[in-house]
Amino acid sequence: MRMRTVEISVGAFVLAGALALIFLAVKVSGVNLAQGSDSYVVQARFDDVAGLRLRAKVSMAGVTVGRVAGIEVDMVYGEALVSLEIHGEPGNLSLDTGAQILTEGILGARYVSLLPGADEETLADGDFIEETQGALVLENLVGDLITRLGSS
Amino acid sequence: MIDFVRALGDRSLDRLSSLGRASIMWATALWGLPRLSELPLVIRQIYNVGVLSLIIIILSAFSIGAVIALQFYTQLARFGAEDAVGLGLALVLLRELGPVVTGLLFAGRAGSAVTAEIGLMKTTEQLSSMEMMGVDPLRRIVAPRLWAGVISMPLLTAVFNVVAIYGGMVVAVEWLGSDAGSFWSGMQDTVELWNDVGKGMVKSVIFAVVVTWIAVFQGYDMEPTPEGIGLATTRTVVTSSVMILAMDFILTLSMYGEFR
Repeated sequence: MRMRTVEISVGAFVLAGALALIFLAVKVSGVNLAQGSDSYVVQARFDDVAGLRLRAKVSMAGVTVGRVAGIEVDMVYGEALVSLEIHGEPGNLSLDTGAQILTEGILGARYVSLLPGADEETLADGDFIEETQGALVLENLVGDLITRLGSS
Repeated sequence: MIDFVRALGDRSLDRLSSLGRASIMWATALWGLPRLSELPLVIRQIYNVGVLSLIIIILSAFSIGAVIALQFYTQLARFGAEDAVGLGLALVLLRELGPVVTGLLFAGRAGSAVTAEIGLMKTTEQLSSMEMMGVDPLRRIVAPRLWAGVISMPLLTAVFNVVAIYGGMVVAVEWLGSDAGSFWSGMQDTVELWNDVGKGMVKSVIFAVVVTWIAVFQGYDMEPTPEGIGLATTRTVVTSSVMILAMDFILTLSMYGEFR
């Protein structure tokens, strides 16, 4: 076969491979190339995040508005410090927005649900969400129930 | 008894010295390449091992993706968790099946061809005549094939993964009626760029090195007879397949540890 045909097909092959890699990065692993410019981070303290994972979704009224960007533990207070990456410019969340950790689907994937607030002022980059409710842990609920049944 | 021990020693020495010869060949070939004038040789070989493997890769990827989606769907549907088909499919493909199956197909399609080609060159004494002309066959014949393999296989793996995910989507979404939105978003929520896509690619580069190394060495080191070619080709496919599967376990263990 002529060298030119070989070169063209090799070029097309390399191009196809590169496109496939980009597809894997963008469409499959969900890397958003333009993410850095239009998102900001708010933080929230939870008493328990059991089962919440990095990159879990942050939603409001069931619509995804961001992702969990970091989960750390505050040893002093025994609380979990969760960073939430919110899409859009700062100013779209009211100052008294609430956050709670809920469970989705049968496999039990945890996600953060934001509850709209009423305050005029808005959360800035790096602010803390004050109103939080941690994950419900089944064992704790069962424990509560047993103590309550025993005392009655 | 003594004979048995002697035979064992003989075998071990034989294996050891062939491993040594293979390492020397690998080192010399790698040392020899970085020259722009030899690029056409590499391109030619990328055509031979990469472009020509594309059809078998695409066909197998589509059917493997489709069959995985089918199995996942029927099992997960029992728990009402059909939405997890996308992420299960993507994780299985990116982490394991993509690199491994591409490696096996690559060994069968390209590795055997390389062994047979180099073997035939050796049998017809083309390699020795090259040496007579002052051309180093390691540079001229071996090095371009090694490089072409290492360049082609990660690209083939990426194509494999994409086609397989597409095949899975066709079955799960178009045919079985799983929701397209949850198929993709479940995937995007879970799959991580480095941990899943990146590590899969690292695997495929390692497999590429192993397969091309074995293929080229078997051709270069075989007995220059017609039976020798047949034996060497078989050995290439068998050895690389076993190596890929064994190394995949070790790599998975070291990459993903206790299944984080």
